[in-house]
Amino acid sequence: MIDFGYTITKDRQLDYDRGDMRYYRLVQSLEPSVDVCMECGSCTATCSAGQFTEFNIRKAHTLIRRGNTESIKAELRKCMFCGKCQLVCPRGVNLRNLILAMNRAIELLG
Amino acid sequence: MENSVIVIGGGISGMTAAGMLALQGLSVTLLEKEKETGGHLARWDRLFPDRRKASEVLDFAREGMKRVNLVTGVTVTDISRQGREFTVVINSPIPNPQSPTPDHETVLKARALLLATGFDLFEARKKEEYGYGIYNNVITSADLEDRFKLKKGILTSEGKIPARIGIVHCVGSRDEKVGNLYCSKVCCVTGVKQAIELKEMLPAAEVFNFYMDLRMFDRHFEELYYEAQQKWNVNFIRGRLSECAENPDGSIIVKTEDTLTGKPFKITVDLLVLLTGFVPAGSTGDIAGMLGLVTGTDGFINSADSHIMNNSTDIPGVFVAGAVKGPISIGEAIADARAAAIQLAIYLNSPTPADD
Ligand code: SF4
Ligand code: SF4
Ligand code: SF4
Repeated sequence: MIDFGYTITKDRQLDYDRGDMRYYRLVQSLEPSVDVCMECGSCTATCSAGQFTEFNIRKAHTLIRRGNTESIKAELRKCMFCGKCQLVCPRGVNLRNLILAMNRAIELLG
Repeated sequence: MENSVIVIGGGISGMTAAGMLALQGLSVTLLEKEKETGGHLARWDRLFPDRRKASEVLDFAREGMKRVNLVTGVTVTDISRQGREFTVVINSPIPNPQSPTPDHETVLKARALLLATGFDLFEARKKEEYGYGIYNNVITSADLEDRFKLKKGILTSEGKIPARIGIVHCVGSRDEKVGNLYCSKVCCVTGVKQAIELKEMLPAAEVFNFYMDLRMFDRHFEELYYEAQQKWNVNFIRGRLSECAENPDGSIIVKTEDTLTGKPFKITVDLLVLLTGFVPAGSTGDIAGMLGLVTGTDGFINSADSHIMNNSTDIPGVFVAGAVKGPISIGEAIADARAAAIQLAIYLNSPTPADD
Protein backbone atom coordinates (compact mmCIF):
# COMPACT_ATOMS: atom_id res chain seq x y z
CA MET A 1 0.00 0.00 0.00
CA ILE A 2 1.25 3.46 -0.83
CA ASP A 3 2.08 5.56 2.15
CA PHE A 4 0.38 8.92 1.73
CA GLY A 5 1.70 10.10 5.05
CA TYR A 6 -1.61 9.90 6.84
CA THR A 7 -4.03 7.27 8.10
CA ILE A 8 -7.79 7.17 8.15
CA THR A 9 -9.19 7.04 11.65
CA LYS A 10 -12.26 4.90 12.18
CA ASP A 11 -15.40 6.83 13.00
CA ARG A 12 -16.20 6.63 16.72
CA GLN A 13 -19.80 7.63 16.58
CA LEU A 14 -22.65 5.28 17.33
CA ASP A 15 -24.22 5.40 13.89
CA TYR A 16 -27.80 4.49 14.63
CA ASP A 17 -28.67 4.61 10.92
CA ARG A 18 -26.24 1.76 10.30
CA GLY A 19 -26.94 -0.04 13.55
CA ASP A 20 -27.77 -3.70 13.45
CA MET A 21 -31.05 -3.84 15.33
CA ARG A 22 -31.62 -7.54 14.76
CA TYR A 23 -29.83 -8.39 18.00
CA TYR A 24 -31.89 -5.96 19.99
CA ARG A 25 -35.17 -7.17 18.50
CA LEU A 26 -34.35 -10.75 19.32
CA VAL A 27 -33.17 -9.87 22.84
CA GLN A 28 -36.27 -7.79 23.39
CA SER A 29 -38.53 -10.64 22.35
CA LEU A 30 -36.71 -13.04 24.66
CA GLU A 31 -36.52 -10.62 27.60
CA PRO A 32 -38.84 -7.59 27.29
CA SER A 33 -37.70 -6.10 30.60
CA VAL A 34 -34.57 -4.86 28.79
CA ASP A 35 -36.64 -1.81 27.85
CA VAL A 36 -37.25 -0.51 31.37
CA CYS A 37 -33.61 0.01 32.35
CA MET A 38 -33.02 3.55 33.66
CA GLU A 39 -29.23 3.39 33.36
CA CYS A 40 -28.68 3.70 37.09
CA GLY A 41 -25.57 1.54 37.13
CA SER A 42 -26.50 -0.58 40.15
CA CYS A 43 -25.91 -3.74 38.15
CA THR A 44 -22.41 -2.69 37.12
CA ALA A 45 -21.56 -1.44 40.60
CA THR A 46 -22.36 -4.80 42.11
CA CYS A 47 -20.97 -7.05 39.35
CA SER A 48 -17.87 -8.98 40.40
CA ALA A 49 -16.73 -9.48 36.82
CA GLY A 50 -16.85 -5.72 36.27
CA GLN A 51 -14.53 -5.04 39.20
CA PHE A 52 -11.59 -6.74 37.53
CA THR A 53 -12.22 -6.39 33.81
CA GLU A 54 -13.62 -3.80 31.45
CA PHE A 55 -16.89 -5.75 31.39
CA ASN A 56 -19.84 -3.46 32.07
CA ILE A 57 -23.18 -5.20 32.04
CA ARG A 58 -25.15 -1.93 31.88
CA LYS A 59 -23.18 -0.73 28.88
CA ALA A 60 -23.43 -4.16 27.25
CA HIS A 61 -27.20 -4.17 27.05
CA THR A 62 -27.33 -0.45 26.28
CA LEU A 63 -25.00 -1.00 23.31
CA ILE A 64 -27.27 -3.75 22.00
CA ARG A 65 -30.19 -1.35 22.23
CA ARG A 66 -28.13 1.11 20.17
CA GLY A 67 -27.51 -1.48 17.47
CA ASN A 68 -23.83 -1.81 18.33
CA THR A 69 -23.18 -5.43 19.20
CA GLU A 70 -19.67 -6.01 17.87
CA SER A 71 -17.84 -4.60 20.89
CA ILE A 72 -19.64 -6.70 23.46
CA LYS A 73 -19.41 -10.16 21.90
CA ALA A 74 -16.17 -11.02 23.66
CA GLU A 75 -17.11 -9.04 26.77
CA LEU A 76 -20.21 -11.08 27.57
CA ARG A 77 -18.11 -14.21 28.18
CA LYS A 78 -16.74 -12.58 31.31
CA CYS A 79 -20.10 -12.79 33.06
CA MET A 80 -20.10 -15.48 35.74
CA PHE A 81 -23.86 -15.66 35.82
CA CYS A 82 -23.98 -15.06 39.55
CA GLY A 83 -27.16 -12.95 39.38
CA LYS A 84 -26.01 -10.21 41.77
CA CYS A 85 -26.91 -7.58 39.18
CA GLN A 86 -30.48 -8.80 39.11
CA LEU A 87 -30.75 -8.68 42.89
CA VAL A 88 -30.04 -4.95 42.99
CA CYS A 89 -31.84 -3.73 39.86
CA PRO A 90 -34.38 -1.08 40.96
CA ARG A 91 -36.38 -1.49 37.77
CA GLY A 92 -36.74 -5.23 38.04
CA VAL A 93 -34.84 -5.99 34.85
CA ASN A 94 -34.46 -9.76 34.61
CA LEU A 95 -30.73 -9.48 34.03
CA ARG A 96 -29.85 -13.15 34.15
CA ASN A 97 -32.33 -13.98 31.44
CA LEU A 98 -31.22 -10.85 29.60
CA ILE A 99 -27.64 -12.12 29.56
CA LEU A 100 -28.86 -15.49 28.30
CA ALA A 101 -30.88 -13.69 25.65
CA MET A 102 -27.89 -11.62 24.55
CA ASN A 103 -25.75 -14.73 24.27
CA ARG A 104 -28.51 -16.48 22.38
CA ALA A 105 -28.78 -13.57 19.93
CA ILE A 106 -25.05 -13.62 19.32
CA GLU A 107 -25.16 -17.39 18.85
CA LEU A 108 -28.00 -17.17 16.33
CA LEU A 109 -26.97 -14.06 14.45
CA GLY A 110 -23.25 -14.46 14.67
CA MET B 1 -73.97 21.84 62.94
CA GLU B 2 -74.62 23.87 59.80
CA ASN B 3 -71.92 24.18 57.20
CA SER B 4 -69.39 22.30 59.24
CA VAL B 5 -66.22 20.86 57.79
CA ILE B 6 -63.85 18.34 59.27
CA VAL B 7 -60.26 18.49 58.09
CA ILE B 8 -58.24 15.37 58.82
CA GLY B 9 -54.51 16.00 59.13
CA GLY B 10 -52.75 19.00 60.61
CA GLY B 11 -49.70 19.32 58.39
CA ILE B 12 -49.20 22.35 56.20
CA SER B 13 -51.98 21.31 53.79
CA GLY B 14 -54.60 20.66 56.45
CA MET B 15 -53.67 23.80 58.40
CA THR B 16 -53.81 26.00 55.32
CA ALA B 17 -57.11 24.59 54.09
CA ALA B 18 -58.70 24.73 57.54
CA GLY B 19 -57.66 28.35 57.94
CA MET B 20 -59.02 29.32 54.53
CA LEU B 21 -62.33 27.55 55.17
CA ALA B 22 -62.75 29.24 58.56
CA LEU B 23 -62.01 32.62 57.00
CA GLN B 24 -64.97 32.00 54.70
CA GLY B 25 -67.21 31.75 57.72
CA LEU B 26 -67.48 27.99 57.87
CA SER B 27 -67.30 26.07 61.10
CA VAL B 28 -64.12 24.00 60.81
CA THR B 29 -62.69 21.27 63.01
CA LEU B 30 -59.14 20.10 62.35
CA LEU B 31 -58.20 16.64 63.61
CA GLU B 32 -54.50 15.87 64.08
CA LYS B 33 -53.08 12.61 65.40
CA GLU B 34 -49.93 14.15 66.90
CA LYS B 35 -49.88 16.47 69.89
CA GLU B 36 -48.86 19.41 67.70
CA THR B 37 -49.78 20.61 64.24
CA GLY B 38 -47.11 21.19 61.62
CA GLY B 39 -46.46 17.67 60.34
CA HIS B 40 -43.22 17.18 58.49
CA LEU B 41 -42.73 20.91 58.02
CA ALA B 42 -42.14 21.26 61.75
CA ARG B 43 -38.98 19.18 61.37
CA TRP B 44 -37.45 21.40 58.70
CA ASP B 45 -34.88 24.05 59.45
CA ARG B 46 -34.78 25.92 56.14
CA LEU B 47 -36.77 25.37 52.94
CA PHE B 48 -35.61 25.06 49.34
CA PRO B 49 -34.89 26.88 47.14
CA ASP B 50 -34.44 30.22 48.94
CA ARG B 51 -33.73 28.74 52.35
CA ARG B 52 -36.26 30.79 54.23
CA LYS B 53 -36.97 29.50 57.71
CA ALA B 54 -39.57 26.71 57.85
CA SER B 55 -40.80 28.14 61.15
CA GLU B 56 -41.93 31.33 59.40
CA VAL B 57 -44.18 29.36 57.06
CA LEU B 58 -45.50 27.36 59.98
CA ASP B 59 -46.20 30.48 62.02
CA PHE B 60 -48.10 31.96 59.08
CA ALA B 61 -50.27 28.85 58.80
CA ARG B 62 -50.88 28.76 62.57
CA GLU B 63 -51.81 32.43 62.56
CA GLY B 64 -54.42 31.68 59.90
CA MET B 65 -56.03 29.00 62.04
CA LYS B 66 -57.34 31.23 64.81
CA ARG B 67 -60.96 30.44 64.02
CA VAL B 68 -60.39 26.72 63.57
CA ASN B 69 -61.51 24.28 66.23
CA LEU B 70 -58.26 22.35 66.67
CA VAL B 71 -58.29 18.86 68.15
CA THR B 72 -54.89 17.19 68.49
CA GLY B 73 -53.71 13.81 69.69
CA VAL B 74 -56.71 11.96 68.25
CA THR B 75 -57.19 9.19 65.72
CA VAL B 76 -60.19 8.75 63.45
CA THR B 77 -61.69 5.33 64.10
CA ASP B 78 -64.77 5.40 61.89
CA ILE B 79 -66.38 7.46 59.16
CA SER B 80 -69.80 6.96 57.64
CA ARG B 81 -71.96 8.93 55.24
CA GLN B 82 -75.69 9.50 55.48
CA GLY B 83 -76.77 11.39 52.38
CA ARG B 84 -74.93 14.69 52.53
CA GLU B 85 -73.83 14.31 56.15
CA PHE B 86 -70.77 12.58 57.50
CA THR B 87 -70.28 11.02 60.91
CA VAL B 88 -66.69 10.88 62.11
CA VAL B 89 -65.73 8.98 65.23
CA ILE B 90 -62.49 9.83 67.03
CA ASN B 91 -60.81 7.83 69.71
CA SER B 92 -60.92 10.22 72.65
CA PRO B 93 -63.35 12.51 74.40
CA ILE B 94 -63.15 16.19 73.58
CA PRO B 95 -64.90 19.06 75.33
CA ASN B 96 -68.44 19.83 74.08
CA PRO B 97 -69.05 16.70 72.10
CA GLN B 98 -71.94 17.02 69.72
CA SER B 99 -73.59 13.85 70.88
CA PRO B 100 -73.25 11.78 74.03
CA THR B 101 -71.16 8.64 73.53
CA PRO B 102 -69.01 6.33 75.61
CA ASP B 103 -66.28 8.40 77.23
CA HIS B 104 -63.47 6.84 75.17
CA GLU B 105 -64.71 8.29 71.92
CA THR B 106 -66.42 11.31 70.38
CA VAL B 107 -68.81 11.45 67.46
CA LEU B 108 -68.61 14.47 65.17
CA LYS B 109 -70.89 15.47 62.32
CA ALA B 110 -69.89 17.35 59.18
CA ARG B 111 -71.26 18.28 55.80
CA ALA B 112 -67.91 17.88 54.09
CA LEU B 113 -64.56 16.26 54.76
CA LEU B 114 -61.13 17.32 53.67
CA LEU B 115 -58.44 14.65 53.76
CA ALA B 116 -54.97 16.01 54.32
CA THR B 117 -53.26 13.06 55.92
CA GLY B 118 -50.06 13.72 54.01
CA PHE B 119 -47.24 11.21 53.84
CA ASP B 120 -44.76 9.24 55.89
CA LEU B 121 -41.06 9.23 55.20
CA PHE B 122 -39.78 6.02 53.67
CA GLU B 123 -38.40 3.81 56.43
CA ALA B 124 -34.71 3.78 55.49
CA ARG B 125 -34.06 0.54 57.41
CA LYS B 126 -35.91 -1.29 54.65
CA LYS B 127 -32.94 -0.63 52.35
CA GLU B 128 -30.74 -2.83 54.49
CA GLU B 129 -27.81 -2.70 52.06
CA TYR B 130 -27.55 1.05 52.74
CA GLY B 131 -26.88 0.40 56.41
CA TYR B 132 -29.28 2.79 58.13
CA GLY B 133 -29.76 1.64 61.70
CA ILE B 134 -26.72 -0.63 61.29
CA TYR B 135 -23.86 1.80 60.61
CA ASN B 136 -23.85 4.82 62.91
CA ASN B 137 -22.63 7.24 60.28
CA VAL B 138 -25.51 6.58 57.91
CA ILE B 139 -28.29 9.10 58.60
CA THR B 140 -31.37 10.30 56.71
CA SER B 141 -32.06 13.73 55.23
CA ALA B 142 -34.65 14.24 57.99
CA ASP B 143 -31.99 13.43 60.64
CA LEU B 144 -29.71 15.98 58.99
CA GLU B 145 -32.48 18.57 58.99
CA ASP B 146 -32.93 17.90 62.74
CA ARG B 147 -29.23 18.58 63.25
CA PHE B 148 -29.43 21.81 61.25
CA LYS B 149 -32.40 22.87 63.31
CA LEU B 150 -30.83 22.08 66.68
CA LYS B 151 -27.65 23.90 65.58
CA LYS B 152 -25.47 21.33 67.27
CA GLY B 153 -22.98 21.09 64.45
CA ILE B 154 -22.32 18.18 62.15
CA LEU B 155 -20.13 15.47 63.62
CA THR B 156 -19.64 11.79 62.94
CA SER B 157 -20.70 9.28 65.57
CA GLU B 158 -17.04 9.25 66.69
CA GLY B 159 -17.21 13.01 67.31
CA LYS B 160 -15.06 13.93 64.32
CA ILE B 161 -15.73 16.69 61.83
CA PRO B 162 -16.52 14.79 58.61
CA ALA B 163 -14.01 15.40 55.83
CA ARG B 164 -16.19 13.72 53.22
CA ILE B 165 -19.94 13.50 53.10
CA GLY B 166 -22.07 11.49 50.67
CA ILE B 167 -25.68 12.31 49.84
CA VAL B 168 -27.71 9.51 48.27
CA HIS B 169 -30.67 10.31 46.05
CA CYS B 170 -33.79 8.17 45.49
CA VAL B 171 -33.76 6.20 48.74
CA GLY B 172 -37.08 4.36 48.79
CA SER B 173 -38.15 6.00 45.53
CA ARG B 174 -37.83 4.79 41.93
CA ASP B 175 -37.11 1.38 43.36
CA GLU B 176 -39.10 -1.67 42.46
CA LYS B 177 -37.29 -3.61 45.18
CA VAL B 178 -39.16 -1.65 47.86
CA GLY B 179 -42.35 -1.45 45.80
CA ASN B 180 -42.14 2.27 45.04
CA LEU B 181 -41.83 3.00 41.36
CA TYR B 182 -42.62 6.70 41.66
CA CYS B 183 -40.24 9.62 42.08
CA SER B 184 -40.61 11.55 45.34
CA LYS B 185 -40.00 14.77 43.45
CA VAL B 186 -38.57 17.00 46.19
CA CYS B 187 -35.60 14.95 47.41
CA CYS B 188 -33.34 16.05 44.54
CA VAL B 189 -33.62 19.71 45.42
CA THR B 190 -33.45 18.84 49.12
CA GLY B 191 -30.18 17.01 48.45
CA VAL B 192 -28.75 20.02 46.65
CA LYS B 193 -29.93 22.38 49.39
CA GLN B 194 -28.43 20.20 52.10
CA ALA B 195 -25.16 19.85 50.16
CA ILE B 196 -24.85 23.64 50.10
CA GLU B 197 -25.71 23.94 53.79
CA LEU B 198 -23.12 21.32 54.67
CA LYS B 199 -20.50 23.22 52.67
CA GLU B 200 -21.44 26.45 54.42
CA MET B 201 -20.96 24.84 57.81
CA LEU B 202 -17.94 22.76 56.87
CA PRO B 203 -16.13 24.53 54.03
CA ALA B 204 -13.25 22.05 54.11
CA ALA B 205 -15.49 19.03 53.66
CA GLU B 206 -15.96 17.39 50.27
CA VAL B 207 -19.59 16.66 49.42
CA PHE B 208 -20.72 14.06 46.86
CA ASN B 209 -24.27 13.65 45.59
CA PHE B 210 -25.07 10.27 44.07
CA TYR B 211 -27.97 10.73 41.67
CA MET B 212 -29.57 9.11 38.62
CA ASP B 213 -31.40 12.19 37.34
CA LEU B 214 -31.44 15.62 38.96
CA ARG B 215 -35.06 16.68 38.94
CA MET B 216 -34.85 20.43 39.34
CA PHE B 217 -38.44 20.95 38.36
CA ASP B 218 -39.35 24.32 39.74
CA ARG B 219 -38.29 27.93 39.50
CA HIS B 220 -34.83 28.65 40.99
CA PHE B 221 -34.05 24.95 41.50
CA GLU B 222 -31.70 24.65 38.54
CA GLU B 223 -29.93 27.78 39.73
CA LEU B 224 -29.46 26.15 43.12
CA TYR B 225 -27.80 23.19 41.37
CA TYR B 226 -25.58 25.63 39.48
CA GLU B 227 -24.68 27.38 42.74
CA ALA B 228 -23.83 24.04 44.35
CA GLN B 229 -21.33 23.36 41.57
CA GLN B 230 -19.94 26.79 40.98
CA LYS B 231 -19.79 28.31 44.44
CA TRP B 232 -19.56 25.25 46.66
CA ASN B 233 -17.80 22.73 44.47
CA VAL B 234 -20.25 19.97 45.29
CA ASN B 235 -19.46 16.80 43.32
CA PHE B 236 -22.24 15.08 41.41
CA ILE B 237 -21.70 11.41 40.61
CA ARG B 238 -24.23 9.85 38.27
CA GLY B 239 -24.90 6.42 39.66
CA ARG B 240 -27.23 4.79 42.09
CA LEU B 241 -25.86 3.58 45.41
CA SER B 242 -25.64 -0.17 45.21
CA GLU B 243 -24.34 -0.99 48.67
CA CYS B 244 -22.36 0.32 51.65
CA ALA B 245 -19.94 -1.22 54.11
CA GLU B 246 -18.42 0.11 57.31
CA ASN B 247 -14.71 0.48 58.04
CA PRO B 248 -13.35 -0.24 61.53
CA ASP B 249 -13.01 3.53 62.11
CA GLY B 250 -16.72 4.02 61.43
CA SER B 251 -16.32 5.54 57.99
CA ILE B 252 -18.54 4.23 55.19
CA ILE B 253 -17.48 2.65 51.91
CA VAL B 254 -19.88 3.54 49.13
CA LYS B 255 -20.16 1.58 45.90
CA THR B 256 -21.87 2.80 42.75
CA GLU B 257 -21.16 2.84 39.07
CA ASP B 258 -19.93 6.17 37.79
CA THR B 259 -22.17 5.77 34.77
CA LEU B 260 -20.64 8.74 32.97
CA THR B 261 -17.22 7.11 32.81
CA GLY B 262 -18.71 3.63 32.72
CA LYS B 263 -16.64 2.33 35.61
CA PRO B 264 -17.45 0.90 39.02
CA PHE B 265 -16.86 3.65 41.58
CA LYS B 266 -15.78 3.30 45.20
CA ILE B 267 -15.39 6.08 47.74
CA THR B 268 -14.99 6.32 51.51
CA VAL B 269 -17.09 8.94 53.28
CA ASP B 270 -17.29 9.91 56.96
CA LEU B 271 -21.01 10.59 56.88
CA LEU B 272 -23.67 9.32 54.50
CA VAL B 273 -27.03 11.06 54.15
CA LEU B 274 -29.94 9.12 52.63
CA LEU B 275 -32.57 11.24 50.89
CA THR B 276 -35.63 9.28 51.98
CA GLY B 277 -38.72 9.67 49.85
CA PHE B 278 -42.46 9.87 50.42
CA VAL B 279 -44.73 6.94 51.16
CA PRO B 280 -48.48 7.25 51.75
CA ALA B 281 -49.24 7.93 55.40
CA GLY B 282 -50.41 4.88 57.29
CA SER B 283 -53.59 6.74 58.23
CA THR B 284 -54.39 7.45 54.58
CA GLY B 285 -55.04 3.77 53.89
CA ASP B 286 -57.16 3.47 57.04
CA ILE B 287 -59.32 6.45 56.17
CA ALA B 288 -59.60 5.50 52.51
CA GLY B 289 -60.83 2.11 53.70
CA MET B 290 -63.48 3.65 55.97
CA LEU B 291 -64.80 5.80 53.14
CA GLY B 292 -64.35 3.30 50.32
CA LEU B 293 -62.03 5.72 48.51
CA VAL B 294 -59.84 4.49 45.70
CA THR B 295 -56.08 4.70 46.02
CA GLY B 296 -53.62 4.27 43.20
CA THR B 297 -51.29 1.28 43.03
CA ASP B 298 -48.78 3.54 44.80
CA GLY B 299 -51.13 3.90 47.78
CA PHE B 300 -51.77 7.62 47.38
CA ILE B 301 -55.38 8.81 47.00
CA ASN B 302 -56.67 9.29 43.48
CA SER B 303 -58.55 12.54 42.96
CA ALA B 304 -61.65 12.54 40.74
CA ASP B 305 -59.63 13.91 37.83
CA SER B 306 -55.93 14.70 37.83
CA HIS B 307 -56.36 17.97 35.94
CA ILE B 308 -59.71 19.56 36.52
CA MET B 309 -61.05 17.86 39.66
CA ASN B 310 -57.81 17.50 41.50
CA ASN B 311 -59.24 18.36 44.91
CA SER B 312 -62.42 16.31 44.61
CA THR B 313 -62.82 12.58 45.00
CA ASP B 314 -65.36 10.12 43.69
CA ILE B 315 -67.38 10.66 46.87
CA PRO B 316 -69.41 13.88 46.94
CA GLY B 317 -68.37 16.00 49.89
CA VAL B 318 -64.96 14.37 50.32
CA PHE B 319 -62.07 16.56 49.25
CA VAL B 320 -58.31 16.06 49.24
CA ALA B 321 -55.34 18.37 49.58
CA GLY B 322 -51.57 18.03 49.58
CA ALA B 323 -49.31 15.00 49.89
CA VAL B 324 -52.22 12.63 50.47
CA LYS B 325 -52.25 12.59 46.65
CA GLY B 326 -48.52 12.07 46.23
CA PRO B 327 -45.17 13.84 46.58
CA ILE B 328 -45.46 17.63 46.66
CA SER B 329 -43.41 20.61 47.81
CA ILE B 330 -44.41 22.99 50.61
CA GLY B 331 -45.24 25.80 48.20
CA GLU B 332 -47.35 23.52 46.06
CA ALA B 333 -49.08 22.05 49.11
CA ILE B 334 -50.14 25.51 50.25
CA ALA B 335 -51.50 26.39 46.81
CA ASP B 336 -53.27 23.04 46.58
CA ALA B 337 -54.83 23.44 50.03
CA ARG B 338 -56.19 26.87 49.09
CA ALA B 339 -57.64 25.43 45.90
CA ALA B 340 -59.23 22.60 47.89
CA ALA B 341 -60.76 25.09 50.33
CA ILE B 342 -62.38 27.00 47.48
CA GLN B 343 -63.73 23.82 45.86
CA LEU B 344 -65.12 22.68 49.18
CA ALA B 345 -66.77 26.01 49.94
CA ILE B 346 -68.39 26.04 46.49
CA TYR B 347 -69.73 22.56 47.14
CA LEU B 348 -71.24 23.61 50.46
CA ASN B 349 -72.75 26.77 49.02
CA SER B 350 -74.43 25.13 46.07
CA PRO B 351 -77.87 23.64 46.73
CA THR B 352 -77.43 20.84 44.21
CA PRO B 353 -73.72 20.35 43.66
CA ALA B 354 -72.78 19.28 40.19
CA ASP B 355 -70.83 16.29 41.49
CA ASP B 356 -73.52 15.08 43.90
S1 SF4 C 1 -24.62 -12.26 36.56
FE1 SF4 C 1 -22.89 -11.60 35.29
S2 SF4 C 1 -23.31 -9.44 34.90
FE2 SF4 C 1 -24.59 -10.03 36.67
S3 SF4 C 1 -23.35 -9.54 38.46
FE3 SF4 C 1 -22.94 -11.67 37.97
S4 SF4 C 1 -21.13 -11.58 36.66
FE4 SF4 C 1 -21.97 -9.52 36.71
S1 SF4 D 1 -29.54 -2.06 37.66
FE1 SF4 D 1 -31.30 -2.29 36.26
S2 SF4 D 1 -32.01 -0.19 35.86
FE2 SF4 D 1 -29.97 -0.04 36.75
S3 SF4 D 1 -28.60 0.05 34.96
FE3 SF4 D 1 -28.73 -2.10 35.58
S4 SF4 D 1 -30.38 -2.94 34.34
FE4 SF4 D 1 -30.57 -0.73 34.23
S1 SF4 E 1 -36.69 13.80 43.35
FE1 SF4 E 1 -34.67 13.08 42.76
S2 SF4 E 1 -33.94 11.97 44.58
FE2 SF4 E 1 -36.16 12.17 44.78
S3 SF4 E 1 -36.95 10.29 43.92
FE3 SF4 E 1 -36.98 11.83 42.29
S4 SF4 E 1 -35.06 11.55 41.20
FE4 SF4 E 1 -34.88 10.50 43.17
